[in-house]
Amino acid sequence: MAAPTDNSAPLLQVSGLTKLYGPRTGCAGVSFDLYRGEVLGIVGESGSGKSTLLSSLAGQQRPDRGSILWQGQDVLSLPETGRRRLMRSDWAYVHQNPRDGLRMGVSAGANIGERLMALGARHYGGIRASALDWLARVEIDAARIDDRPSAFSGGMQQRLQIARNLVTGPKLVFMDEPTGGLDVSVQARLLDLLRGLVRDLGLSVIIVTHDLAVARLLADRLMVMKDGRVVEEGLTDQVLDDPQHAYTQLLVSSVLQV
Amino acid sequence: MIIVKNLSKTFTLHNQGGAVIPVMTGADLHVGRGECVALTGPSGAGKSTLMRLIHGNYLAASGEIRVAGHAVTGASAREILALRRTHLGYVSQFLRVIPRVPTSGVVAEPLLRLGVPRQTAEARAAELLSRLNIPERLWSLSPTTFSGGEQQRVNIARGFVHDYPVLLLDEPTASLDATNREVVLNLIEEAKARGAAILGIFHDEAARTRVCDRLVDVTGFTPGLRHDA
Amino acid sequence: MSGYNFAYLDEQTKRMLRRALLKALAIPGYQVPFASREMPMPYGWGTGGVQVTAACLTPQDRLKVIDQGADDTTNAVSIRRFFERTAGVATTTSTAEATVIQTRHRIPEQPLQEGQILVYQVPIPEPLRFLEPRETETRRMHELEDYGLMHVKLYEDIARHGEIATAYAYPVKVGGRYVMDPSPIPKFDNPKLNGNPAIQLFGAGRECRIYALPPYTEVVPLDFEDHPFRPGRADHSCALCGAQESYLDELITDDRGTRLYCCSDTDFCASRQAPSATEA
Repeated sequence: MAAPTDNSAPLLQVSGLTKLYGPRTGCAGVSFDLYRGEVLGIVGESGSGKSTLLSSLAGQQRPDRGSILWQGQDVLSLPETGRRRLMRSDWAYVHQNPRDGLRMGVSAGANIGERLMALGARHYGGIRASALDWLARVEIDAARIDDRPSAFSGGMQQRLQIARNLVTGPKLVFMDEPTGGLDVSVQARLLDLLRGLVRDLGLSVIIVTHDLAVARLLADRLMVMKDGRVVEEGLTDQVLDDPQHAYTQLLVSSVLQV
Repeated sequence: MIIVKNLSKTFTLHNQGGAVIPVMTGADLHVGRGECVALTGPSGAGKSTLMRLIHGNYLAASGEIRVAGHAVTGASAREILALRRTHLGYVSQFLRVIPRVPTSGVVAEPLLRLGVPRQTAEARAAELLSRLNIPERLWSLSPTTFSGGEQQRVNIARGFVHDYPVLLLDEPTASLDATNREVVLNLIEEAKARGAAILGIFHDEAARTRVCDRLVDVTGFTPGLRHDA
Repeated sequence: MSGYNFAYLDEQTKRMLRRALLKALAIPGYQVPFASREMPMPYGWGTGGVQVTAACLTPQDRLKVIDQGADDTTNAVSIRRFFERTAGVATTTSTAEATVIQTRHRIPEQPLQEGQILVYQVPIPEPLRFLEPRETETRRMHELEDYGLMHVKLYEDIARHGEIATAYAYPVKVGGRYVMDPSPIPKFDNPKLNGNPAIQLFGAGRECRIYALPPYTEVVPLDFEDHPFRPGRADHSCALCGAQESYLDELITDDRGTRLYCCSDTDFCASRQAPSATEA
């Protein structure tokens, strides 16, 4: 009997990805496949290379070696136009600090609408309707559509950033510590929201976090990074409950309760 | 439906001088369709460890585990997730959920993941919650605030919401009153009747006698205990 | 005037400017950097336009200079005198007779012809500036035709005012490629940019940028399907010449706020008031 997984090809295939900062290693020899609907968590302490890996994957910096295939196409050989098109259509990036991912000087509605307009939407009423729909989905009061995000709380800003990213129906979302800097109760709400969206939209997600509780609740799979290398990977609960590598054991045991 | 062959498990404590602790060796087990098997043995003998190994939560050191025809040992994370989604249900003693999600959502979640329409999933969740006597006014609240018994029943509802061909039950009747205990035993009997293979840990002897077809004493798989025996 | 080269700038500088102008004409709407010179007038008074005009002028040219449509305001008068003295060219206030017209904030009402050059003074050449302050990023956005942000501004207008409230410097797309700031002309003038038979040159002195529209270039204002571009105009007729289709200035004539509307294009207005004089 065949494994009960769908037989479609992986969306993203990464092999041997390496980014060096001079003689120092950002990340080295990272390889993995990501399938539709999968949430991959990248965990590790500060300086372990997880953010370098994320930004190299998302095209924010150019890796020194390795390849990234998106639906079979070599991303690193794409011209800048193609990569930008990818970043505003099939891919999305949620920053840790919403200020890095939002335009603080324009309204919430315009923030959500920007990606649509960048893809050629030219009907104001339609853009407005999409913005309202997404505000509702991320649980922001429709009456706030014309307010600037600078008037929002941190949790609302982060939800707005998510709406702004998901409005164009991306297939792959990169997230860098999306719940960092939020109160615990606000975190829970965001996690619930993210999980629902991932499930309902069939999103694939690569999420970087140092918070193992967040990883447990969101990620299907984990990669544990240390000194730029992946030291362990596997099913999230297996990695957290039965860690094999010395570093993972240390990481898990140094958290109060996950 | 559950096949365990010559399974062993060790924990290597890298941060304590690399101590290797063998916790299970030579485990063999078979649970057939429509069968309920109880794991027995004293605390620490490895009942939960075996359950976790079958669930894919622990990595085996050697040996083989197959669930519903699929290999668990050596399977990729993706394959185990797919197996858990469709074939392998697990009722643990602990409820681990995102604090804000309402009880109805927690219970419906396994069906939503299978792509069942929300309405159908929530109707099925409601059916189980009422059967397990969780008052309807609590359905919209997060179960994190519930009592131990209520949380246990939410866990059971979540485990039975989809007709898994294979079920792992960790103390399903602990901390339940007589009425709800009866409901859970009925659920187990119904699952057996539809052909589910069930492996469980039951400290409740009367319950064990009633629903289990066989007992497997894990002491036989426990390195320390086996040598002492 | 002795002691100066023709049209004030030395020949090397004019050559540099002409190279920039040719490049700008070859890539309509693209901002070409140039080595802007110190001019004997303050920035904001048209140093960019003056340098472009100086690079275009020949001794046979007839120059017209307007500011907000008028030939007789300080800025227009001083620039006209500057070229009268440094180039010795003929000057005129008649749009039809001019070969080179330097303008600030208007396009003449009288349609331009092939062979004429219209030079715009530009304060801020970058249409994306107020949305994205990083010059490196805006240049990249132009390079990649990544113009979603431009519509964000128009979206904000509609969200806040119920309509696109941008009344001047209304952004346009040139030849289906570059988004361009047409300088602070009223949006009433935007249709005149499109398919114009004259050469249109834009000079930003402080910002060191030149851009251009060759004759008959397609210039389309940005808008939304359900909020199309509308060239706006005060709903009055000119108090002096009675024109109903020209762009009007609003003048307050006394302390009680009495308003008077008249053509901003003084040449156009004067020619309508004395038709026999111009037709003669």
